[in-house]
Amino acid sequence: MVGFVPTIHVFLSNAQVVDARHRAEHDAAEHWTRTMLEIRNLVVKIADEDKQILNGLNLTVNDGEVAAIMGPNGSGKSTLSYVIAGKEDYEVLDGEILLNGENVLEMEADQRAAAGIFLAFQYPLEIPGVATMTFLKAAMNAQRKARGEDELLTPDFIKAVNSAADKLGIAKDMLRRPLNVGFSGGEKKRMEILQMALLSPSMCILDETDSGLDIDALRIVAEGVNALRAKNRSFLVITHYQRLLDHIVPDTVHVMSNGRIVKTGGKELALELEKSGYASYGEAA
Amino acid sequence: MAIVTPLKTAAEQQLVQQYADSKAELPGGPAVRKLREDAFAGFEAKGLPHRRLESWRYTDLRTLLREARPLADGVAVTAAVKARLDELKLEGLRLVLVDGVFAPELSTLNAIPEGVSVQSLAEALVSAREDLTRILAGPSVGNDDMGLALNTALMRDGVFVAIADGVELEQPIVIVSLASGEEERAVFHRSVVLAGQGAKGSIIEVSEAAGTAAQQINGAIVFETADESEIQHVRLVTRQQGATVEVQSLLATVGAHAKFDSFALVANAGTVRQQHFIRFAGEHSEIGLRGVNLINKTQHSDVTLIVDHEVPHGISRELFKTIAGGESTGVFQGKVIVRPHAQKTDGGMKSNALLLNDGATMFNKPELEIFADDVVCGHGATVAQIDGEQLFYLMARGLPRPQAEALVLQAFAGEAVEFVADENVRELVMAEVESWLKAREAASEVSTV
Ligand SMILES: Nc1ncnc2c1ncn2[C@@H]1O[C@H](COP(=O)(O)OP(=O)(O)O)[C@@H](O)[C@H]1O
Ligand SMILES: [Mg+2]
Repeated sequence: MVGFVPTIHVFLSNAQVVDARHRAEHDAAEHWTRTMLEIRNLVVKIADEDKQILNGLNLTVNDGEVAAIMGPNGSGKSTLSYVIAGKEDYEVLDGEILLNGENVLEMEADQRAAAGIFLAFQYPLEIPGVATMTFLKAAMNAQRKARGEDELLTPDFIKAVNSAADKLGIAKDMLRRPLNVGFSGGEKKRMEILQMALLSPSMCILDETDSGLDIDALRIVAEGVNALRAKNRSFLVITHYQRLLDHIVPDTVHVMSNGRIVKTGGKELALELEKSGYASYGEAA
Repeated sequence: MAIVTPLKTAAEQQLVQQYADSKAELPGGPAVRKLREDAFAGFEAKGLPHRRLESWRYTDLRTLLREARPLADGVAVTAAVKARLDELKLEGLRLVLVDGVFAPELSTLNAIPEGVSVQSLAEALVSAREDLTRILAGPSVGNDDMGLALNTALMRDGVFVAIADGVELEQPIVIVSLASGEEERAVFHRSVVLAGQGAKGSIIEVSEAAGTAAQQINGAIVFETADESEIQHVRLVTRQQGATVEVQSLLATVGAHAKFDSFALVANAGTVRQQHFIRFAGEHSEIGLRGVNLINKTQHSDVTLIVDHEVPHGISRELFKTIAGGESTGVFQGKVIVRPHAQKTDGGMKSNALLLNDGATMFNKPELEIFADDVVCGHGATVAQIDGEQLFYLMARGLPRPQAEALVLQAFAGEAVEFVADENVRELVMAEVESWLKAREAASEVSTV
């Protein structure tokens, strides 16, 4: 089971910290700027192939930090996000992933979610036959159960969903459809952010959330993400383009190439990359 | 004199003896008697169906029935039977068979709607109806089936329901067939539903065991639905003993401009062979055959169907969903026949199975026999595992694996269940599916493929 279960309850996009008791206890023992996520020398291959994708990756994300990862296609960004979230198709050959100091590699994906990890998928899955509302409720209640809390009352649940959906411009009829089925690319991405808002994770990973979004949708989604920024919530924003980072302004920017972080800097690094491209980082022009 | 081929197995010999001993007291006038004799002669020539017959390839009744159990011949109203009837949530006219024998005292005969007549099959068999043997015979495509032939020879009782022209049922007619299950018995029952012109309604069949002794059940239901009728048939084979062997035949002859739908759920049963023999007798009709099979342990569920497009402009749809865990076996054999003059036929057949682990097996055999040239027919059969990507997505949102699997499986089954038109019945079916999945979730069973 999960050792450290954060009991930070954030009320939707208001990011109000209702109970930071556990975190406070943790903080007392550590340095002021705590590390949320620490990845040490991560080496990963595809489970049933001889194909190594992450080649000794190191990365640190602090509490409240918004870290961007930029990199050419095929550099391993999605793989990194899957491995953090607990997908099984990969084999970790070496290294550690620590969330709040605890190694998550032994945890199943659902336990990692309960521990506060949330992955907004690059390609959200369509699940025919599963009503979106049924799924949202099941997800929220599963995490409450893992934290030892009671199930949500239906009226509270509906209120929470409606309020979050409004903010993201998600139409009610989308919520009535089967999960992601027949949604446009942009609708799927909004649905990911809706789930993120409802589940109040502490470590949010956004994998190419900007792809498939037009500029208006991008702004809405970015506002949704920005509203969730909080002292005790960190973000790993994965993107190929600089555009998203105009709207979600990162604290740090990491360049990924060939399964490693090869350069780290401030937000100006993103602008630099926009100009020079990834050519010097291994992508053919 | 006909030369009788010596039948090989103990069960076959016992059946011969049973038929000889009981044929004098089995109900029916001379025409029915002849029907029985002919059917049994066929059985004596061919024996129990076995794997070398194409249509019984995956369900070898000769091996499964090592011994023929004594014929059930009376109503055993046990406390368990009463308790089960009390629990049953289905509303509507309730017609109860116990061990294949109609039990009027357990049925709600005071609730027979206007325009509906109900008799026991035993009564109907001795009536002077001229069309009786034609009705009982059903579509010709079922005629050489020995499972059905045994039913014809040995059918003891059941119900005979007629819905008059233009009658629209507000509530379903529920035929509950309970095995008292105090002792191991063989049960042969048959029911008939005649739907008049423009008649509409639902017929629900429930086949369950109240007791614990394994049964040999051979049931049949015959539909003859007239022009413009809309009839829904739903069958629930649930709560049977694992060692029970059950053969259920569905025969339907559907008139013109009519709709006939059948949905069958098999869950928590033993060995179940369902066979559907369906015939389009009139043009511009729609027939839908669907079902969900939930099997586990060493359970076995076989759906074998023949849809006979004998006339032009018929639409047929088949959709079967099988979820197989443990060491269970699922079978789907579907044959759609389009006769030479049955132009403009539109047929679509699908069987999808999810295997939950390596021990489970699915045999899919969809077939089209098309003799007309202006038709649209297709079929698809899939055998897969639970989609790992979908599972990961749900787990990444915090659903533990068993719950994530249950959600995916429920959705998979739901695609067929949603065709059950009556809302109450649909909910009951879905509740059965959910409880099967819950039991699996509670046992923390997860797929291992
Ligand atoms: N499951 C997989 N099987 C085979 N190859 C994979 C798999 N996942 C990723 N890869 C390969 O690993 C490399 C990195 O992929 P990915 O992590 O998707 O990169 P990015 O997200 O940066 O574009 C690519 O070459 C990709 O084809
Ligand atoms: Mg990617």
